[in-house]
Amino acid sequence: MTGYKTITGMSLRQLSEALAAGEVTSRQATQAYLDAIAAADGDVAAYLTVTGPEALAAAEASDARRAAGKALGPLDGVPCGIKDNICTKDVRTTCASKMLEHWIPPYDATVMTALQKQGAVMLGKLNMDEFAMGSTTENSAFKATHNPRALDRVPGGSSGGAAAAVAADEAVFTLGSDTGGSIRQPAAFCGVVGMKPTYGLVSRYGLVAFASSLDQIGPLTKTVWDNALVLQAIAGQDPNDSTSVAAPADYLTGIADGVKGMKFALPKEFLSEALAPDIAAALRKTADRLTALGAAVEEVTMPELDKALPAYYVISSAEASSNLARFDGVKYGFRAQNFTDIHSLYKETRSQGFGAEVKRRILLGSYVLSAGYYDAYYKKALEVRALIKAAFDKVFEQYDAVLSPVAPTTAYKLGEKVDDPLAMYLGDVYTVPVNIAGLPSLSLPCGQDREGLPIGLQLIGKPFGEAALYRAGYTLEQDRIGG
Amino acid sequence: MMQDYEMVIGLEVHVELKTNTKIFCRCATKFGAAPNTQCCPVCTGMPGSLPVLNKRVVEYAVKAGMATNCRIALNSKLDRKNYFYPDLPKAYQISQYDKPLCEQGWLDVETSAGEKRIGITRIHIEEDAGKLIHSPGKGTLIDMNRCGVPLIEIVSEPDIRSAEEAKLYLQKLRAIMLYVGVSDCKMNEGSLRCDVNLSVRKKGEKALGTRTEMKNLNSFQYVVKAIEYEFARQTELIDQGGAVRQETRRFDPATGKTSSMRSKENADDYRYFPDPDLVPVVLTQQQLDDWKKEIPTLPDERKKNYVEKFGLSALTAEQLVIRKEIADYFELAAAVTKAPKLAANLVVNEVARLAPEGTEIPVKPEHLAKLADLAEAGKVNSSTCREVVGLLFKQDADPEELIRRQGLEQVSDPALLEQYAKEVVAASPKAVADYQAGNAKAFQALVGQMMKRTKGKGDPALIREILQKLV
Repeated sequence: MTGYKTITGMSLRQLSEALAAGEVTSRQATQAYLDAIAAADGDVAAYLTVTGPEALAAAEASDARRAAGKALGPLDGVPCGIKDNICTKDVRTTCASKMLEHWIPPYDATVMTALQKQGAVMLGKLNMDEFAMGSTTENSAFKATHNPRALDRVPGGSSGGAAAAVAADEAVFTLGSDTGGSIRQPAAFCGVVGMKPTYGLVSRYGLVAFASSLDQIGPLTKTVWDNALVLQAIAGQDPNDSTSVAAPADYLTGIADGVKGMKFALPKEFLSEALAPDIAAALRKTADRLTALGAAVEEVTMPELDKALPAYYVISSAEASSNLARFDGVKYGFRAQNFTDIHSLYKETRSQGFGAEVKRRILLGSYVLSAGYYDAYYKKALEVRALIKAAFDKVFEQYDAVLSPVAPTTAYKLGEKVDDPLAMYLGDVYTVPVNIAGLPSLSLPCGQDREGLPIGLQLIGKPFGEAALYRAGYTLEQDRIGG
Repeated sequence: MMQDYEMVIGLEVHVELKTNTKIFCRCATKFGAAPNTQCCPVCTGMPGSLPVLNKRVVEYAVKAGMATNCRIALNSKLDRKNYFYPDLPKAYQISQYDKPLCEQGWLDVETSAGEKRIGITRIHIEEDAGKLIHSPGKGTLIDMNRCGVPLIEIVSEPDIRSAEEAKLYLQKLRAIMLYVGVSDCKMNEGSLRCDVNLSVRKKGEKALGTRTEMKNLNSFQYVVKAIEYEFARQTELIDQGGAVRQETRRFDPATGKTSSMRSKENADDYRYFPDPDLVPVVLTQQQLDDWKKEIPTLPDERKKNYVEKFGLSALTAEQLVIRKEIADYFELAAAVTKAPKLAANLVVNEVARLAPEGTEIPVKPEHLAKLADLAEAGKVNSSTCREVVGLLFKQDADPEELIRRQGLEQVSDPALLEQYAKEVVAASPKAVADYQAGNAKAFQALVGQMMKRTKGKGDPALIREILQKLV
C-alpha cells in the first residue's frame, strides 16, 4: 500500500487491487467515500441524492461475497456515483428538473443492472444540467455544482456532478451521459478522464432521453485504465435497446502497447483563433509528445466541421422536443395545480415544471419539425450529419484517431455565461461533431493553463475503436506521470 | 337534388393484429383484462424506456399487404407522430409516415352492378393508444392496457361511390384479414375500426369536393348509416348554396346523425420525424417469399373455384366466401351432394342467417347435403326446404327421416292434385274467369289456393301443369 494517502485517493485500479488483497473492505471504502461526500459536497454540490444506508448494505454484501470466495470481479465493492438521468430502481431520478423532482423509477437502467451484477456499490445520484441540457450544471433546478479544482468555477456540463465527484474524490468512478460533449467537457474542466463511447456500444435503456440519436452513457474516472475497465463493464448489446450493437469490448489487454506506428490527424479547423492560446499550445505539445513516442501526427483539413454545431442544435432539439413531450402533467412527475381543463393542465405544468434552457430547446425543436420548416432545418441537418460522417470516414481511411481540443476555454466562472446561451452553445464546437458522427471520443487531461486550470484533450476514434483511444490515452497518461 | 350528386368515399380501417405481445414490448394484448394490468415501462412511456419492434407485427402487416395485392417495401421505417392527448403517455404515437410497409394494393368486391375494384393506398403499422374511462365523480381514468397494442391502418383510395360499396369493401377486407389470420377483427371489441372520409360532387365532375371525416365507426351498419346521412347532409347543404366545411364529425348511432366534432382548418401539425429509438425495418426478398407461402387460399380464389366448379353465380359465391367458416361449411356439404347449387343457396340464405358469426353451425354438413339432394329429387319443395333447415338448427337429424316424421314430403301425386285442382277451380269461378280474360295474376291466386290445400307441400311445377290443363 504505497503511492496514496487515503482510500479515496486511490484510483479504481488501486482500490480494486486493495479489495482483492484484503487490505481494505468495501464497507471501509464505501464509508470513506460517504465521509468524503459529507465533508466536501457542501462546497462542491456534486450529489443530488446520497443513498448511504443502501450503499453500506451493498458494500457489506460485497464483503460477504469476497469472504466466501465469490467476488464478482474488479468492480465488486467499488463505490460509484450515477448521473441523475440514469434510472435507478426505487431511487429518485430527477434529471435535475422540477418536473421529476419526486419521480422514483420502478426499474433499473441496463447499465445499472450491469454494474450491480458486477458488485459495484452506488453512493448516490449526481447533479447535472436539467435534462442534460447545458454546459455548466448551472441549469440544474436544484443547485449549481462547483468545480473542485477551483470552487468559483463551473465544473462543466451537463455531467458536471459526475466529473466533480471524481475530481473531488467523492466517487472512484461515475457514469455520465454525453449528447454533445456532456461527459468530455466536464471531464476536461475538472481534470478527469471521460469517455463518450461509439453510439450503440452502451445500452441507452433507462437513460432518460435528451436526443435519442446522439445520447450515450459513458464513464468518468481518475485514470485511463480505470475508464477502460468501467466501459468494459457496461458495454454490450441489449435486447431492450434496438440501437445497441454487439461489439467486442476488451480494452485492457493491449492498453500498454504504446502508440508506435499510430497515425493521428489534427484538423486545422480546430486550431482557429476561437481556441484559447494555452489550450492550442497544450494540444501542440501533446502532438509533439505523441511524435516522440513513435506516432505520426499530421494536420488535415475538415471544412465540413463548421456545420456541425448548427446541425447538432437542430437535431438534438428536434428529438428533445418529442422526448420531453411526455412530461405533460398527466402521468409522470410534476403537475401544476392551477389548471381548468386539459390544455391548461399541459400549459401550466410545462410552463412551471421546465427551466428556461429546456423550454428554449423544446421551442427550437418544435419549430424545426413544423410543417413548412422541416425541409429547411431538420432535413438539412440530417444531410449535414451525413456529410460529417463521410468526412470522418475519409480521415479514418488514413488515420487511427483525431486529436482535438475538448472545449475552446478552460473552466470559466459560475454565472459568467449563464445568460448568454449562444456563447454557451459555441463551447460545444469541438465535441458535437463526435456525437453527430456517432464516434467514440476520450477526453483526458493534458496540462494546465496559466491559471492552473485543467486543460482537456480529446482523442476521437473510429466506430468501435475505443481500444485504440484507450491505448493512446494510457500512453500519454503514463508519459505525463513519468515525465 | 341528391340524384344529381355522387359521393366519393375513402376508408381508413384500423385492424388490431392478434399477436401475443404488444408492438414494442412483451406485455400481453388480451382483451378485457383488468385496467392497467398489461403494461410496463415501455408501453406506458416511462422516462428512459425504449421500444423494440415486435417482428411478428411486421410479418402480419406484410401478410395483410400481400393478401390485398400491395407492393411490399423492403426498406421501411417508423416515425413519431407528436400530439398531446391523455391516452397517449409518450405524447407521440409511433407510426409510419412516408415509408409504409405496404403500398398500392387493391381488392375486388361483388356489387349488385357487378365486380368493382377498390384501390388500397397503403398499409402501415402503428401502436394503439390507451383508453380513457370517464367515471362520474372520479373524473377521467386511464387504462393503459391498450397502449402499444399493434395496429395496421389500411387506407383505401377514394374509389368508393356508395354505402353499399363501402360495406362490401369492409366485409371483404375483414374476410381477407380473417383468412390470413392476422386479426380476429372483432368490431365489438374494437379490433376493427373504420374512419370514413366523404365528399360529394355533381355527377360528371372531376374535381373532388371538400370532405368530412367520421371517426371510429365500429359496425358496418353505422358505416352505412353515417354515409347515408352525411351524403344527404352535404348535398342539401350545397343545394341550399352553402359549403361543406373540412372537419371531423361524430356519428351518433342513437340518432343516426353526424355532428361537428372539430374543424380541420387549423389542422394539427404532427411534426412527424423518424423515431431515433428504432432502427429501419429492412426485409429480404427471401423473407417475403417465405411469408407468401404461408398465406392460405384467399376469398377470391375460393370464389373463382365455386363459380367454375359448381356453376354458382358470382354473387352467391362471394356471399359464401365472405365468411370463412361458412365457405368451409359449404365445401364440406358440396363434397357430398349432387346438388351444390341448391346447397349453396341454402347455406347463403339459411345457414349463414341462422348461424351468426362466432356461433357453431349445429347442422352436420352431410345433413345439409342430403337435404339439397332431396330437394333436387323433388322429394321436398323449396319453401319446405328452408323450413327444414330451421328445424335442423333446433335439433340436428337425418333430413329424410325428419321430413317423413313430420309429413313434409312434397305432395306430387297427380291424382290427388287433380282432385284438389277441380275443387279449387269450382270454388273460384271469378279467378278462373279473370284468368281466361287474360289476367295472369288470377292464375297465381289459384296456385296459392292449391298451396293452401297442400299445406305448402305441393309440387309447384306439377300444380301449374294441372291447373293450366283445367282452365
